[in-house]
Amino acid sequence: MSFRDNPLGEIRVPLVWTAGVALVVAVVVAVTLLLGDRRETLRNEAYGVTREVSDAVAAPVSGVVSAPVHWFGALSDGISQYFFAVSENRRLRAELEEAAQLRQEVLGLRDLNERYRDLLGLQTDPPIPMVSARVVSDSRGPFANTRLANAGRERQVQVGNPVMSEYGLVGRVVGVTRGASRVLLLTDIASRTPVMVDRTNARAILAGDGGPNPKLEYLRGHDPVKEGDRIVTSGDGGLMPRGLPVGVAVKGVDGAWRVVLSSEAGAIDFVRILLFEDFAQLVDQDELNARSEPPADGVLPTVGVTSPPPPAPTPAPASPATSAPTARPPAAKAPAPKSPAPKAPAAKAAPAPRPAPSQPAPAPEAAAPPPVEEPVF
Amino acid sequence: MSLTATRLDPWRWLGAPMLQCMAATILFSLPIRVFGWGLPEPVFCMAPAFAWAMIRPSMVAPFGVLIMGLFLDIFWGGPLGLWALSLLVAYGAVLGARNMMVGQSRPMMWIWFAAACAVAQTVGFLVTQLDARATPNLLAMLWQFLATNLQYPFAHRLIDRFDDADVRFR
Repeated sequence: MSFRDNPLGEIRVPLVWTAGVALVVAVVVAVTLLLGDRRETLRNEAYGVTREVSDAVAAPVSGVVSAPVHWFGALSDGISQYFFAVSENRRLRAELEEAAQLRQEVLGLRDLNERYRDLLGLQTDPPIPMVSARVVSDSRGPFANTRLANAGRERQVQVGNPVMSEYGLVGRVVGVTRGASRVLLLTDIASRTPVMVDRTNARAILAGDGGPNPKLEYLRGHDPVKEGDRIVTSGDGGLMPRGLPVGVAVKGVDGAWRVVLSSEAGAIDFVRILLFEDFAQLVDQDELNARSEPPADGVLPTVGVTSPPPPAPTPAPASPATSAPTARPPAAKAPAPKSPAPKAPAAKAAPAPRPAPSQPAPAPEAAAPPPVEEPVF
Repeated sequence: MSLTATRLDPWRWLGAPMLQCMAATILFSLPIRVFGWGLPEPVFCMAPAFAWAMIRPSMVAPFGVLIMGLFLDIFWGGPLGLWALSLLVAYGAVLGARNMMVGQSRPMMWIWFAAACAVAQTVGFLVTQLDARATPNLLAMLWQFLATNLQYPFAHRLIDRFDDADVRFR
């Protein structure tokens, strides 16, 4: 059958219409992808297979492309150091004088600090293992500030790990694949980092906006910060260790407090990924969110200080009452924790302690002194 | 010359420019600093998105724009679909105003290109505001807008080369 014989052959749709339909379909696809995107979460599965594959391909490609650039970068540094040698020499001399004074103070304070720790029995943080990596690509736009580092899952890098340069905190890992990890910078608009002012211990949230100097939000107190204050991580929320250098506070032209990042002092070509496990990574989310079943006797546990304890049920035969949680019926048993960290959620999920059937529960505990919890810094 | 010999190959006006823009994006994402200054980050894909709409309506071009936008989102690590949507809206705006813009002088077309860039960045601004619940830095947006505007000569070359290249559209 020829083209002319086709009864629908004379029907021709204008090209602008078909192009418009194609445009609408493409827009729908884009909006759907946008609505389903969760790049800022701390869950590795939210990163998506597409991004993982893309990063795994982009890292070696960008690494090869950037190799000659790194060589020329060293040449550029050499030239700039040659031209600015005199001013740098002056600056370094001033810094050296200041450092000599500080050194004496630090030695005295270190000694005092050790004695205080011994007296109080403080438990200090264990050293955090680190992984060195090279940055192979960098995005600096207003809507995304990320970097791709050439160390990934094979080197135990995990989502949420803090990333530092030799000058200070750079950001945190938001995606990991084999051979590469995506670092969300502090300047990214999705970045929120709990920080504190070193001088006053005032807490704030460092919020990126796509510009070079992120904002200090939710500052509290009377004059909590002033120009030149050091900003460090507060460690609140367990996302990052406490005390990592972030930058220096400055007043922005918009009147908001902003931070000049320490990491911007030099090119971020090599980074250290801290293999720091935050609380959210240690906790088994399913176990944390698991609901405990109501007790078999149908009496709901009462939680509160003023509520009197419910009357003791009929004594169960041969039930040694050593403490309240062990005397609970099997039906109300909370799921067993797998690691030390989930112990707290498991205890939280359990209802309030009820008196033991055979003996009042407080008896054995009343004799023993309350346990002393050591503060952990 | 036969009719088939003058038909425009989609690879020449869609595929090749798309790959060139992706390569340029990879090149400009290198983490280097020259005398303390980093490289600018222009949206190279804006040039073909503008040129394709000007050259002629096409069923394939919107999907080319979609692929370029998704590439930018994945490669730059932004929200998936942000640049895809921004570029598509700009492409649609240019396609809608094509009859008015076609045949104008080069400076005037440059101004229209700047307007298309502004449309794309405005969409990006609004989507980011909704997504991150924060306002993007306007100065950073301005720098990217200026850097992207400098890409117009590439778009103009593409339009010049392919605007009249297909006999079916003469």
